[in-house]
Amino acid sequence: MIPISYYLWVSALLFVTGAIGVLLRRNALVILMSLELMLNAVNLSFVAYARMFNDMGGHVFVFLNITVAAAEAAVGLAIILAIYRTKETVDVDHLSLMQH
Amino acid sequence: MEALLFWIFSIVGVGCGGMVIWHRNPMGSAIYLVVTMLCLSGLYALLNGAFVAVLQVLIYAGAVMVLMLFVIMMLSTHTEGGPREGSRPAWLVSGVIGLIVVFKVGALFGFGKPPEAVDEFGTIQGVGSLLFNRYILPFELISVLLLIAVIGAVILSKRDAQ
Repeated sequence: MIPISYYLWVSALLFVTGAIGVLLRRNALVILMSLELMLNAVNLSFVAYARMFNDMGGHVFVFLNITVAAAEAAVGLAIILAIYRTKETVDVDHLSLMQH
Repeated sequence: MEALLFWIFSIVGVGCGGMVIWHRNPMGSAIYLVVTMLCLSGLYALLNGAFVAVLQVLIYAGAVMVLMLFVIMMLSTHTEGGPREGSRPAWLVSGVIGLIVVFKVGALFGFGKPPEAVDEFGTIQGVGSLLFNRYILPFELISVLLLIAVIGAVILSKRDAQ
Protein backbone atom coordinates (compact mmCIF):
# COMPACT_ATOMS: atom_id res chain seq x y z
CA MET A 1 0.00 0.00 0.00
CA ILE A 2 1.10 3.56 -0.67
CA PRO A 3 2.16 5.50 2.46
CA ILE A 4 -0.09 8.45 3.29
CA SER A 5 2.86 10.84 3.23
CA TYR A 6 3.16 10.34 -0.55
CA TYR A 7 -0.35 11.69 -1.00
CA LEU A 8 0.56 14.64 1.22
CA TRP A 9 3.59 15.33 -0.98
CA VAL A 10 1.41 15.38 -4.08
CA SER A 11 -0.96 17.73 -2.25
CA ALA A 12 1.89 20.04 -1.23
CA LEU A 13 3.29 20.13 -4.78
CA LEU A 14 -0.10 21.00 -6.25
CA PHE A 15 -0.65 23.71 -3.62
CA VAL A 16 2.72 25.30 -4.38
CA THR A 17 1.98 25.15 -8.11
CA GLY A 18 -1.32 26.95 -7.53
CA ALA A 19 0.31 29.56 -5.31
CA ILE A 20 2.97 30.31 -7.94
CA GLY A 21 0.22 30.62 -10.56
CA VAL A 22 -1.71 33.11 -8.43
CA LEU A 23 1.42 35.21 -7.94
CA LEU A 24 2.76 35.10 -11.49
CA ARG A 25 -0.01 35.01 -14.06
CA ARG A 26 -1.56 38.15 -15.52
CA ASN A 27 -4.88 36.77 -16.70
CA ALA A 28 -7.56 36.96 -14.00
CA LEU A 29 -9.18 33.78 -15.32
CA VAL A 30 -5.95 31.82 -14.94
CA ILE A 31 -5.55 33.23 -11.42
CA LEU A 32 -9.01 31.87 -10.62
CA MET A 33 -7.99 28.48 -12.04
CA SER A 34 -4.85 28.49 -9.90
CA LEU A 35 -7.06 29.15 -6.87
CA GLU A 36 -9.11 26.08 -7.82
CA LEU A 37 -5.86 24.13 -8.02
CA MET A 38 -4.98 25.19 -4.45
CA LEU A 39 -8.44 24.22 -3.19
CA ASN A 40 -8.06 20.83 -4.87
CA ALA A 41 -4.71 20.28 -3.20
CA VAL A 42 -6.28 20.97 0.20
CA ASN A 43 -9.07 18.52 -0.64
CA LEU A 44 -6.52 15.81 -1.40
CA SER A 45 -4.87 16.26 1.99
CA PHE A 46 -8.32 16.16 3.66
CA VAL A 47 -9.05 12.81 2.02
CA ALA A 48 -5.58 11.47 2.86
CA TYR A 49 -5.98 12.36 6.54
CA ALA A 50 -9.48 10.88 6.58
CA ARG A 51 -8.00 7.61 5.34
CA MET A 52 -5.18 7.81 7.88
CA PHE A 53 -7.43 8.30 10.90
CA ASN A 54 -10.39 6.28 9.60
CA ASP A 55 -12.63 9.31 10.14
CA MET A 56 -15.05 10.33 7.42
CA GLY A 57 -15.24 13.91 8.70
CA GLY A 58 -12.57 14.69 6.13
CA HIS A 59 -14.88 13.56 3.35
CA VAL A 60 -17.66 15.77 4.71
CA PHE A 61 -15.35 18.75 4.62
CA VAL A 62 -14.29 17.95 1.08
CA PHE A 63 -17.99 18.04 0.20
CA LEU A 64 -18.33 21.47 1.84
CA ASN A 65 -15.11 22.65 0.21
CA ILE A 66 -16.33 21.70 -3.26
CA THR A 67 -19.50 23.69 -2.61
CA VAL A 68 -17.48 26.71 -1.51
CA ALA A 69 -15.32 26.37 -4.65
CA ALA A 70 -18.40 26.28 -6.87
CA ALA A 71 -19.79 29.41 -5.19
CA GLU A 72 -16.41 31.09 -5.51
CA ALA A 73 -16.19 30.24 -9.20
CA ALA A 74 -19.69 31.61 -9.87
CA VAL A 75 -19.11 34.90 -8.06
CA GLY A 76 -15.52 35.26 -9.29
CA LEU A 77 -16.46 34.72 -12.92
CA ALA A 78 -19.35 37.19 -12.57
CA ILE A 79 -16.93 39.77 -11.19
CA ILE A 80 -14.46 39.11 -14.03
CA LEU A 81 -17.27 39.52 -16.58
CA ALA A 82 -18.34 42.81 -14.98
CA ILE A 83 -14.74 44.07 -15.03
CA TYR A 84 -14.36 43.02 -18.66
CA ARG A 85 -17.45 45.03 -19.62
CA THR A 86 -16.06 48.27 -18.21
CA LYS A 87 -12.33 47.80 -18.76
CA GLU A 88 -12.22 45.58 -21.87
CA THR A 89 -9.38 43.58 -20.30
CA VAL A 90 -8.80 40.86 -17.72
CA ASP A 91 -5.09 41.58 -17.34
CA VAL A 92 -4.54 42.25 -13.64
CA ASP A 93 -1.63 44.57 -14.41
CA HIS A 94 -4.17 46.97 -15.92
CA LEU A 95 -6.67 46.60 -13.09
CA SER A 96 -4.89 48.44 -10.31
CA LEU A 97 -7.42 51.27 -9.94
CA MET A 98 -10.59 50.96 -7.90
CA GLN A 99 -12.40 53.52 -10.08
CA HIS A 100 -13.20 53.52 -13.75
CA MET B 1 -1.49 -2.31 -9.23
CA GLU B 2 -2.33 0.29 -6.60
CA ALA B 3 1.23 1.63 -6.69
CA LEU B 4 1.15 1.83 -10.49
CA LEU B 5 -2.15 3.74 -10.45
CA PHE B 6 -0.88 6.05 -7.73
CA TRP B 7 2.22 6.98 -9.71
CA ILE B 8 0.29 7.47 -12.94
CA PHE B 9 -2.32 9.69 -11.30
CA SER B 10 0.13 11.72 -9.23
CA ILE B 11 2.68 12.30 -12.00
CA VAL B 12 0.06 13.19 -14.59
CA GLY B 13 -1.82 15.31 -12.05
CA VAL B 14 1.18 17.32 -10.89
CA GLY B 15 2.48 17.65 -14.45
CA CYS B 16 -0.82 18.97 -15.76
CA GLY B 17 -1.04 21.22 -12.68
CA GLY B 18 2.26 22.72 -13.76
CA MET B 19 0.98 23.11 -17.30
CA VAL B 20 -2.04 25.05 -15.96
CA ILE B 21 0.24 27.88 -14.89
CA TRP B 22 2.75 27.37 -17.73
CA HIS B 23 0.41 27.39 -20.72
CA ARG B 24 0.06 30.81 -22.36
CA ASN B 25 -3.52 30.39 -23.54
CA PRO B 26 -6.29 30.30 -20.88
CA MET B 27 -8.17 27.68 -22.88
CA GLY B 28 -5.21 25.31 -22.69
CA SER B 29 -4.88 26.00 -18.97
CA ALA B 30 -8.53 25.06 -18.46
CA ILE B 31 -8.14 21.75 -20.31
CA TYR B 32 -5.05 20.88 -18.29
CA LEU B 33 -6.94 21.77 -15.10
CA VAL B 34 -9.69 19.30 -16.07
CA VAL B 35 -7.06 16.55 -16.47
CA THR B 36 -5.60 17.44 -13.04
CA MET B 37 -9.04 17.19 -11.46
CA LEU B 38 -9.70 13.80 -13.04
CA CYS B 39 -6.34 12.55 -11.73
CA LEU B 40 -7.21 13.84 -8.25
CA SER B 41 -10.49 11.99 -8.48
CA GLY B 42 -8.51 8.81 -9.18
CA LEU B 43 -6.36 9.49 -6.11
CA TYR B 44 -9.51 9.90 -3.98
CA ALA B 45 -10.72 6.55 -5.26
CA LEU B 46 -7.38 4.98 -4.27
CA LEU B 47 -7.90 6.44 -0.77
CA ASN B 48 -11.29 4.67 -0.45
CA GLY B 49 -13.17 7.96 -0.98
CA ALA B 50 -15.66 6.76 -3.55
CA PHE B 51 -18.23 9.46 -2.79
CA VAL B 52 -15.82 12.39 -3.04
CA ALA B 53 -14.28 10.90 -6.18
CA VAL B 54 -17.68 10.95 -7.87
CA LEU B 55 -18.37 14.46 -6.55
CA GLN B 56 -15.04 15.64 -7.94
CA VAL B 57 -15.85 14.43 -11.44
CA LEU B 58 -19.47 15.63 -11.36
CA ILE B 59 -19.05 19.08 -9.82
CA TYR B 60 -15.49 20.13 -10.57
CA ALA B 61 -14.74 18.59 -13.94
CA GLY B 62 -18.38 18.67 -14.98
CA ALA B 63 -19.89 21.91 -13.72
CA VAL B 64 -17.25 24.36 -12.54
CA MET B 65 -14.91 23.84 -15.47
CA VAL B 66 -17.70 24.05 -18.04
CA LEU B 67 -18.70 27.39 -16.50
CA MET B 68 -15.09 28.52 -16.74
CA LEU B 69 -14.78 27.42 -20.36
CA PHE B 70 -17.94 29.36 -21.20
CA VAL B 71 -16.49 32.53 -19.68
CA ILE B 72 -13.15 32.02 -21.43
CA MET B 73 -14.96 31.75 -24.74
CA MET B 74 -17.09 34.84 -23.99
CA LEU B 75 -14.08 37.00 -23.19
CA SER B 76 -12.07 37.02 -26.37
CA THR B 77 -8.86 36.32 -24.49
CA HIS B 78 -5.57 36.17 -26.26
CA THR B 79 -2.30 34.59 -25.29
CA GLU B 80 -0.48 36.66 -22.73
CA GLY B 81 3.11 37.83 -22.69
CA GLY B 82 5.64 37.14 -19.99
CA PRO B 83 4.97 37.03 -16.26
CA ARG B 84 3.41 39.86 -14.31
CA GLU B 85 5.19 43.19 -13.87
CA GLY B 86 7.58 43.17 -10.95
CA SER B 87 7.07 39.46 -10.49
CA ARG B 88 10.69 38.58 -9.77
CA PRO B 89 10.13 39.08 -6.00
CA ALA B 90 7.00 36.99 -6.39
CA TRP B 91 9.04 34.12 -7.84
CA LEU B 92 11.38 34.34 -4.87
CA VAL B 93 8.61 34.61 -2.28
CA SER B 94 6.59 31.78 -3.77
CA GLY B 95 9.66 29.57 -4.09
CA VAL B 96 10.65 30.15 -0.47
CA ILE B 97 7.09 29.65 0.82
CA GLY B 98 6.77 26.53 -1.31
CA LEU B 99 10.01 25.02 -0.05
CA ILE B 100 9.07 25.75 3.56
CA VAL B 101 5.62 24.20 3.10
CA VAL B 102 6.94 21.10 1.36
CA PHE B 103 9.72 20.48 3.87
CA LYS B 104 7.42 21.09 6.84
CA VAL B 105 4.91 18.63 5.47
CA GLY B 106 7.61 16.08 4.81
CA ALA B 107 9.19 16.49 8.24
CA LEU B 108 6.03 16.69 10.35
CA PHE B 109 3.99 13.96 8.76
CA GLY B 110 6.19 11.01 8.09
CA PHE B 111 3.03 8.95 7.88
CA GLY B 112 3.37 5.33 6.96
CA LYS B 113 0.85 2.87 5.66
CA PRO B 114 -2.81 3.62 6.41
CA PRO B 115 -4.80 1.28 8.66
CA GLU B 116 -7.49 -1.05 7.33
CA ALA B 117 -10.54 0.93 6.29
CA VAL B 118 -13.61 0.49 8.49
CA ASP B 119 -16.88 -0.72 7.02
CA GLU B 120 -18.72 1.73 4.78
CA PHE B 121 -15.67 3.99 4.70
CA GLY B 122 -16.18 6.71 2.13
CA THR B 123 -19.44 5.34 0.75
CA ILE B 124 -22.48 7.51 0.20
CA GLN B 125 -24.22 5.91 3.21
CA GLY B 126 -21.29 6.58 5.53
CA VAL B 127 -20.60 10.14 4.46
CA GLY B 128 -24.30 10.95 4.17
CA SER B 129 -25.22 9.80 7.67
CA LEU B 130 -22.30 11.80 9.07
CA LEU B 131 -23.36 14.83 7.02
CA PHE B 132 -26.93 14.73 8.30
CA ASN B 133 -26.14 14.00 11.94
CA ARG B 134 -22.87 15.33 13.24
CA TYR B 135 -22.21 17.98 10.58
CA ILE B 136 -25.77 19.20 10.09
CA LEU B 137 -24.94 22.82 11.02
CA PRO B 138 -22.17 23.31 8.40
CA PHE B 139 -24.43 21.59 5.90
CA GLU B 140 -27.23 24.09 6.53
CA LEU B 141 -24.83 27.03 6.54
CA ILE B 142 -23.40 25.98 3.18
CA SER B 143 -26.88 26.20 1.69
CA VAL B 144 -27.10 29.81 2.87
CA LEU B 145 -23.71 30.44 1.26
CA LEU B 146 -24.94 28.97 -2.02
CA LEU B 147 -28.02 31.19 -1.92
CA ILE B 148 -25.86 34.26 -1.35
CA ALA B 149 -23.56 33.22 -4.20
CA VAL B 150 -26.51 32.78 -6.57
CA ILE B 151 -27.92 36.20 -5.71
CA GLY B 152 -24.49 37.80 -5.93
CA ALA B 153 -23.73 36.27 -9.32
CA VAL B 154 -27.09 37.37 -10.73
CA ILE B 155 -26.70 40.94 -9.45
CA LEU B 156 -23.08 41.21 -10.63
CA SER B 157 -23.76 39.94 -14.12
CA LYS B 158 -26.80 42.10 -14.78
CA ARG B 159 -25.88 44.22 -17.76
CA ASP B 160 -27.10 47.57 -16.42
CA ALA B 161 -26.10 47.13 -12.80
CA GLN B 162 -26.38 50.44 -10.99
